[in-house]
Amino acid sequence: MNSRNAAWATGLAALIALPFVYREPYHLHLLVLILIWSFAYTSWSIMGRFGLVSLGHGGFMGVGAYVTALLWNHLGVSPWIGIPLSMVAAGALALVVAYPCFRFRITGHYFVLVTLALSGIVLQVITATRDYTGGSLGYTPNRTKGSQLLALQFDDKVTWYLIALFVWVMGLLIWRWVDRSMSRYAMEAISEDEDAAAAAGVNVTAEKLKITLISALMTALAGALYCQYQMFISPDTVSGIAVSLQMVFAVIVGGLYVSLGPTVGAIITILLAEILRIGFGTKAVGWDNLVYGVLLVVFIIFLPKGILGSILDRFKTQPKPSGTP
Amino acid sequence: MQAFLDIFDIYLLEAVVNGILLGGVLALLALGLNLIFGVIDVTWICYAELVMIGMYGMYYMVQVFGLPYWAAAPIAILLVAALGAALHYIVIAPLLTAPPINQLLATGGVLFILQSFATVAFGIDFRNLGIRLPVLAIGEMHLSYSRLLSFAAALIGMVTVYLFMTRTYTGTAIRAISQDRQIMSLMGVDTKRIYLITSALGGALAGLAACLLVLQYDVHPFVGLSFGPITFLICVLGGLGNFVGGFIAAFVFAEIISLGGLFSDLEWGYVLAFAFFIVMMFIRPAGLFARRS
Repeated sequence: MNSRNAAWATGLAALIALPFVYREPYHLHLLVLILIWSFAYTSWSIMGRFGLVSLGHGGFMGVGAYVTALLWNHLGVSPWIGIPLSMVAAGALALVVAYPCFRFRITGHYFVLVTLALSGIVLQVITATRDYTGGSLGYTPNRTKGSQLLALQFDDKVTWYLIALFVWVMGLLIWRWVDRSMSRYAMEAISEDEDAAAAAGVNVTAEKLKITLISALMTALAGALYCQYQMFISPDTVSGIAVSLQMVFAVIVGGLYVSLGPTVGAIITILLAEILRIGFGTKAVGWDNLVYGVLLVVFIIFLPKGILGSILDRFKTQPKPSGTP
Repeated sequence: MQAFLDIFDIYLLEAVVNGILLGGVLALLALGLNLIFGVIDVTWICYAELVMIGMYGMYYMVQVFGLPYWAAAPIAILLVAALGAALHYIVIAPLLTAPPINQLLATGGVLFILQSFATVAFGIDFRNLGIRLPVLAIGEMHLSYSRLLSFAAALIGMVTVYLFMTRTYTGTAIRAISQDRQIMSLMGVDTKRIYLITSALGGALAGLAACLLVLQYDVHPFVGLSFGPITFLICVLGGLGNFVGGFIAAFVFAEIISLGGLFSDLEWGYVLAFAFFIVMMFIRPAGLFARRS
């Protein structure tokens, strides 16, 4: 266990040190995107790994991004206050939808479709209130002059890299905390059989709500960060069904049941999109999603544990190489 | 999307009638999805994308190859039916024993594939058939023939499916499987074959819907997103696999969208429909017409 902690610490130190040694802006930009999306995907997987497949996370992300930006532009509220407020908004939305869902035992297909409706609503509301949100044309938070801590706007990529790295590590720690908590056992019991879990004294509704709330709060934070970093959001990039499916896709490809799975998923999807974009230029429109789609289907059929999950499994099942020549 | 949104005129009665007409096509879509869910126990997230492919098929046959509409329509229906069967054979069949969520997500992958395939192959331009049907004026109301035709054809399609399901051996076998999936293979029914037929039938319904929708709306790679989600909501509200429930829910939703769009922007009609759906889920979690077990 100690050597494992040491490996984590070394890896983290290397990641922190990276931008001070190597600061090619484009590569740093890719890294920041990977870290922010990894965080979003990690927050989805916190729920998804227990069979709570939500297609509503596009909605939470949209709330996070738009509430932060709208508060800043219209009321001048600093993102430092705006982001927590947007997280509260997304959390409230999650509770409003999830509580009745769990209370009335809406599971499986039905849960997926209810959450699908949720991200549909958020997308339509953003589009419908186009006088404030810019509708489908997108929205830009007002720029300050240069970097400003108060406005959470920074010109240099290194600052953003460190912020994203910090948040990403927080995401992994939350994942690990859930993984080691009693909630995990409760949730696993629930995903196997709700009635049996309830009979064994698990408060099914409360446990599910807790996990959903954590996941929604984190997703909203990811949305707000994405907005602050890119300084441009549109309904299609931060909300809606496509974003929800993108989260599911990345997590499945990376690995649903391992902590770094979503990160691996984010690395693969973002690099794939960038390579196709550079390789084919504007002709690549659509190709990345085509490859995503094929990969998603292939992975679900042949590698449902994802790339990282399957690799780790192989290590675990292999007998220790003791005494072999 | 905009073309889909701009249809509604100013009069209430007209909106109500238009709602009914829209409901016909939505009911057709819901029927196809319900059929597949009821029999195979799979939700095709990509169902509306099959319709989109069918719409492109119609566009190419009519506009590019110059076929008349009535000749192109059966080919488009067959094309989408074949696509539905292929979808089942390639994606769903290997996953039949996997957790249901995996099947649902795999069809989500197919959604990506079809959407981006259309983007790559056909581009993102809006296209239409260029057929302009006249508008029927009854007093103050203006109803387009294309909608009346769609409504009539949707009803005929649904009646045909009903007759097929009740009057033929295969139809009876399909209904029997939806009641008990395990026992039917013991009764000498080839489940694999029935699944394939059901998928093709579901595809054919999507193809029919495509032929009708292409008369009213422009086709583009993301057109599925404008009526796909609503179709799922209709099926869930009616109770997944419940044909009658889906039929009625389709009209309820169509009226909400139509009337909501009358009083405000059409997006609000959608928001209203979505919100109505979520509220209904809490009142009747297993659908409007759930059989009490």
